[in-house]
Amino acid sequence: MNASEFSPRVSADTFGRALWDPAAETPTGLVGPDGKTAPKRFNVYRNNVVASLSEALEQSFPAVGRLLGEDYFKALARAFVAEHPPRSPVLMWYGAEFGGFIERFPPLQAYPYLADVARVEWAWLEAYHSADALPLDPAEIGAVAPDEIGNIRFEKHPASCVFRSEWPIWDLVRANRFDPDANIEIDLEKPQSVLITRPELEVELMLLRPGGDVFLSALFDGGTLAEAAAAASSQVEEFSLSDTLSDCLANGVFTTLVKA
Amino acid sequence: MKNKAMSAAILAGAVATAVAGLSATAPAHAQAKEKCYGVSLKGQNDCKAGAGTTCAGTSTVDYQGNAWTLVPKGTCVSMDLPDGRKGSLTELDRDLPEA
Repeated sequence: MNASEFSPRVSADTFGRALWDPAAETPTGLVGPDGKTAPKRFNVYRNNVVASLSEALEQSFPAVGRLLGEDYFKALARAFVAEHPPRSPVLMWYGAEFGGFIERFPPLQAYPYLADVARVEWAWLEAYHSADALPLDPAEIGAVAPDEIGNIRFEKHPASCVFRSEWPIWDLVRANRFDPDANIEIDLEKPQSVLITRPELEVELMLLRPGGDVFLSALFDGGTLAEAAAAASSQVEEFSLSDTLSDCLANGVFTTLVKA
Repeated sequence: MKNKAMSAAILAGAVATAVAGLSATAPAHAQAKEKCYGVSLKGQNDCKAGAGTTCAGTSTVDYQGNAWTLVPKGTCVSMDLPDGRKGSLTELDRDLPEA
């Protein structure tokens, strides 16, 4: 066996384009052991590429899969794969655009909440793979003098994320992924926002109290505690600073307290 | 519209309530988990985290030493397992599947 047998007869570009178009002919020069062009072998390979990417989506978006059913999800995944070749060799990062794709996918226009289900599942994945960090010790904030408390800021934990939705996103993902056995009634008229954190090894998903999304977005944008509390209470009547802050501290939303 | 900016006293009061409420209940890390090797029954190990990371449920023998499960923090090494086995916070070379 000599090295020339393995020398490339097909450019990566030609190979790649044929890989992505199921109707494309097997590139000339792609041969089997008999020296002849090998369309069957190439088709097996081409099919495996699409199948493995579709499976990757199935694993990263189980709630979308459950909502659509296996057959529909498979067809949707294939349509997505055809439009979105992977841009990273890391399979766990395949599917970032899935939410946007679902939103624009004409046959799914009657299910406008699906895109947010996909986006929150993606946010879960990002939180899972974000850097480890020690959450802020609540005692630190307890030790701040009362006249300084309004001016403190927080550094966010790398995993923390607020997800705002027009849809009952918390109920949708619990019913279809995190708590499938609970009898959750979904009221599509009820917008919900969720907080995603990963204080230690496991991702936590929780429903934000009223105004919690405004409060945390202001803090994540670098606002002071007083600014964030004022923004939340002026936009949302029922905002409770003590309850919301308590949830944040208990779930490791911040890592560091910054005094002015 | 009335000015909703909170006074320093109200703010400090709310923060104190939040912090006090936390110390009264269990501290956040009381429910923390740790990775515990060598304690899961076959096929029940953890670690699946989306595409390309599938290893959850791939252990093939009971108490496989290099497969882990999340357990409440502090309970891993004190867990009693059959035949004097103990859990471990690092990989073990016992109960490995035959190569």
